[in-house]
Amino acid sequence: MEYFLQQLINGLTLGAIYGLIAIGYTMVYGIIGMINFAHGEIYMIGAFIAVITFVILGMFGITWVPIAVLIVLAMSMIFTSAYGWAIERIAYRPLRHSPRLAPLISAIGMSIFLQNYVQLLQGARNRPIPPVIQGGFSVMERADGFNVSLSYLQIIIMVLTVVLMFGFTRLINHTELGRAQRACEQDKTMAGLLGVDVDRTISLTFVVGAALAGVAGVMVTMYYGVIDFYIGFLAGIKAFTAAVLGGIGSLPGAMMGGILIGLIESFWSAYFTIEYKDVATFSILVLVLIFRPSGLLGRPEIEKV
Amino acid sequence: MTAVAPGVRAHTLDIAAVLKESALAALVALLLAFPLVGLRTVDVLSRLTIEPHFAEVAVAVVLVFLGRLGMALTREGRPLPVLVASLVVAASAWFLPLPTMPLKLIAVAGGAIIALRAALALRSHHSTLSLAERERRMDRVGARFQDASRLIGPIAVIFAVALPFLPFADRAVVDIGILLLTYIMLGWGLNIVVGLAGLLDLGYVAFYAVGAYSYALLAQYFGFSFWLCLPLAGLLASLSGLLLGFPVLRLRGDYFAIVTLGFGEMIRIILINWYDFTGGPNGISGIPRPSFFGIADFVRNPEPGVLSFHELFGVEYSSIQRIIFLYYLILVLALFVNFFTLRIRKLPIGRAWEALREDDVACTALGINRTNIKLAAFSIAAMFGGFAGSFFATRQGFISPESFSFIESAIILAIVVLGGMGSQAGVVVATLLVIGLPEMFRELSQYRMLAFGIGMVLIMLWRPRGLLAHRDPTILLHKRKSAMQQQQESEDRA
Amino acid sequence: MTVPPKPTPLLEVEHLTMRFGGLIAVSEVSFTAMDREITAIIGPNGAGKTTVFNCLTGFYTPTVGRLTMHRKPPKTPLYLERLEAYRIAHKARVARTFQNIRLFSGMSVLENMIVAQHNKLMRASGFSLAGLFGLPVYRRAERAAVDLARYWLDRVNLIDVADWQAGNLPYGAQRRLEIARAMCTEPALLCLDEPAAGLNPRESAELSDLLTFIRDEHKIGVLLIEHDMSVVMTISDHVVVLEYGRKISDGTPAEVRVDPAVIRAYLGEEEEETPPEAVQRLAGGA
Repeated sequence: MEYFLQQLINGLTLGAIYGLIAIGYTMVYGIIGMINFAHGEIYMIGAFIAVITFVILGMFGITWVPIAVLIVLAMSMIFTSAYGWAIERIAYRPLRHSPRLAPLISAIGMSIFLQNYVQLLQGARNRPIPPVIQGGFSVMERADGFNVSLSYLQIIIMVLTVVLMFGFTRLINHTELGRAQRACEQDKTMAGLLGVDVDRTISLTFVVGAALAGVAGVMVTMYYGVIDFYIGFLAGIKAFTAAVLGGIGSLPGAMMGGILIGLIESFWSAYFTIEYKDVATFSILVLVLIFRPSGLLGRPEIEKV
Repeated sequence: MTAVAPGVRAHTLDIAAVLKESALAALVALLLAFPLVGLRTVDVLSRLTIEPHFAEVAVAVVLVFLGRLGMALTREGRPLPVLVASLVVAASAWFLPLPTMPLKLIAVAGGAIIALRAALALRSHHSTLSLAERERRMDRVGARFQDASRLIGPIAVIFAVALPFLPFADRAVVDIGILLLTYIMLGWGLNIVVGLAGLLDLGYVAFYAVGAYSYALLAQYFGFSFWLCLPLAGLLASLSGLLLGFPVLRLRGDYFAIVTLGFGEMIRIILINWYDFTGGPNGISGIPRPSFFGIADFVRNPEPGVLSFHELFGVEYSSIQRIIFLYYLILVLALFVNFFTLRIRKLPIGRAWEALREDDVACTALGINRTNIKLAAFSIAAMFGGFAGSFFATRQGFISPESFSFIESAIILAIVVLGGMGSQAGVVVATLLVIGLPEMFRELSQYRMLAFGIGMVLIMLWRPRGLLAHRDPTILLHKRKSAMQQQQESEDRA
Repeated sequence: MTVPPKPTPLLEVEHLTMRFGGLIAVSEVSFTAMDREITAIIGPNGAGKTTVFNCLTGFYTPTVGRLTMHRKPPKTPLYLERLEAYRIAHKARVARTFQNIRLFSGMSVLENMIVAQHNKLMRASGFSLAGLFGLPVYRRAERAAVDLARYWLDRVNLIDVADWQAGNLPYGAQRRLEIARAMCTEPALLCLDEPAAGLNPRESAELSDLLTFIRDEHKIGVLLIEHDMSVVMTISDHVVVLEYGRKISDGTPAEVRVDPAVIRAYLGEEEEETPPEAVQRLAGGA
């Protein structure tokens, strides 16, 4: 029971991170009908910017945790936004009317480029940072001394995710951007005729998705304390699985999918084999695609003829 | 003839707008470059510190500003000053001590490209070529290349056959030949899926791995010989292609891409973690070398009862004999894949693949079972990947999961995309570029994947079908006088 | 000359209903398309015509309804709503064209026609094995396929451009090629989605000739969605009118033309100063 509870906490934390990345996939898919293959790299870049900022803050002696974390979050969101914007502008926009394969390949090219760009500039080795936020609660203690703990960091990650989700839902439901976005999802030509700036809306979608991935990057840096240039690859596949599981195109679905994937990974590692946790996620992707391609909350997709 | 558009020159230049556009581009470049280029994390005494490289950021931002300015001015009908300025920038970048090699390259190449565009604009009085016009020109280049390859092809094959006996062919040359041919074979194999059927397979290396491990394990556990394992490896790879393909090939293209991407990675994870069976990260060593078709071995002192190659042919023993044999083996395998592809393109299934790439809904409306056709393409390509894999295993004598990472898939994909999807000769040219060049310039090898990434993006932007892509019909109704010629004539008339 | 046999039912549509979420695109539509007849489905935009087609050809699975395709005895009828899309073309022999032309535009005109004969050729090539070894069985089959293609290309006047890339043909020629390609599947029922859209009057007249030729010489049924009333009223044997997903009229062109429900649908409830062009043509007939 106690062990289970601990895994639940760990899984939820992990799931929050996956969910934030998955939102980027789902939003971009909703609006342009394509997977942003370079999205995982944005998350990786977000993590690197977090490491860089933490080190710089350390050098300047700014160590008061709330300020430091806020600065890091802001930096990461600003710079990943720029990357999100650039990816759309370079790899997607010029190819919007090309055959389907073309933007997929250019996005893969972009992903390969970014991975190696970061590797060359920031080095291929692990980048560790000292723990930023330490301590936590002890939720429960078992007779044999096993301690169910909920760290402050885990609380911060979950609270931050909830806040972001809340703000984000408001953004989609109540602002001009959200309306434009939903209009573009339905019919880009028509939206354009009605005065929606389609290019700008798509750009902003990439930017918002990238900023959320940047936040996820910051969280993972604080949570694990160590990152490398390759983390975007697997996290990308997992977050994509989360988006598909939740129903691609659906925002609550992405968050729910993320949490489910986080839980599955955590429980799988705890009760089965930690080595095969990635294989388990991947199997879920394949199973969902076979049995319910529209995901848990998605609408069935109708082939346009 | 197009009128010399007076409008291009006459309209007034809005210098403020152009400057604003360039400044915006520079700002984005600053945002992109500042954290990752400007602030490098380095380990100093096992603690992470930051090493500033602001000069590089500044140079990059200035270059982006100038580049955007040049493009904008060319577009606005001021190519002459751009031409001069870009040549000056390119030349001075060549001599100035820029902070890093890549920056120098970007400055020189960027200057040259902008100069070229400006020169083109000066000559044609068009600021940019229309997409259709560019496509037509490139298609003509592709067509010429294809015509030429009909002549060069046989010569290249003869050259490849003669290579080991040419005077300069030492062991290193034959080794590079083997490497190139392995990638050519993989490229041709993947071309069936990506080029013909239009399915983006991002995990092709998985089948390469299945082939390699099939041979290695069958040899290790059952002592099967290479010649028995080669078809078995192909079969197993093709079977794994069927198993994976069956559920996912019904799905849309991008789902398929990401599932294959995941599959490639999962195979690698399983290979690493299934320690008892696959040797885990240590891999499998001592994989038997191939015999001479089961008749003789390539060894100096054969075991009693076994014939050795040099005894069989009554020649002096030399270690290069086996290398040359391997070379011919992969040559035959690669050519087999090539002939298979050339042949199957003219069969119903090959035509259905291409039709599927063009419009899969129309295929369904014509009674074609999409899933089966895709499955066929996928498993056939997987089989070729498996052959190549078992060849790789027997050639190296040692395999480990390291050799089957996503980067390998990306390299093979880059070969197919660069060369022109569906173009057999394009794959050869691209392999020479992608594999051959880095072999020659070892010091640049760290930039290789970076260049592939940029290359893939640029080629998609410039010509989505690939550099040398050109398609000749697989069947003609009217004899000779090539269909294309005919079409061009009528286009010229119009 | 013998008296031609009376047309028999070819396709029976019963209670066809298609719902997308809350939207009912087609509701309780029933009609029968006869063999050796041209049946036209007309109606204002958004009446659900293309949805009917997509249900017939398996791209949508109808929410409710029975779609019976009769075949020459002794073959039993097929229920289209139970078949996968490609089987409808392959087994039930229903061929279709698309509103926004769908050619294999990078392939040559002739190749388009050959791909349409895929299943036949696939069998002849021994699922590629006989073909790989270049056995005469396959070469004969391919020659026959080219002959069929040549016949139809000749018919639609595309024989000279047979080796062109399909995507480079002018618009009208692309429409004709799509019909010719559909005919290469040797269908029992040919479904055409707005074949006259974007054609000039001369091309429309040629299209009418082609469709009557297909009906009279090849003795198959044709199902047609069309806005061009000059085409519909001249060549149709039977017209079905849809509005807002419901059938509002069904009969010969002459009957439909005077049906008050149809006139109302095209004119709208209120009287307008000038009736839309389509109605003028509808009322004027041909």
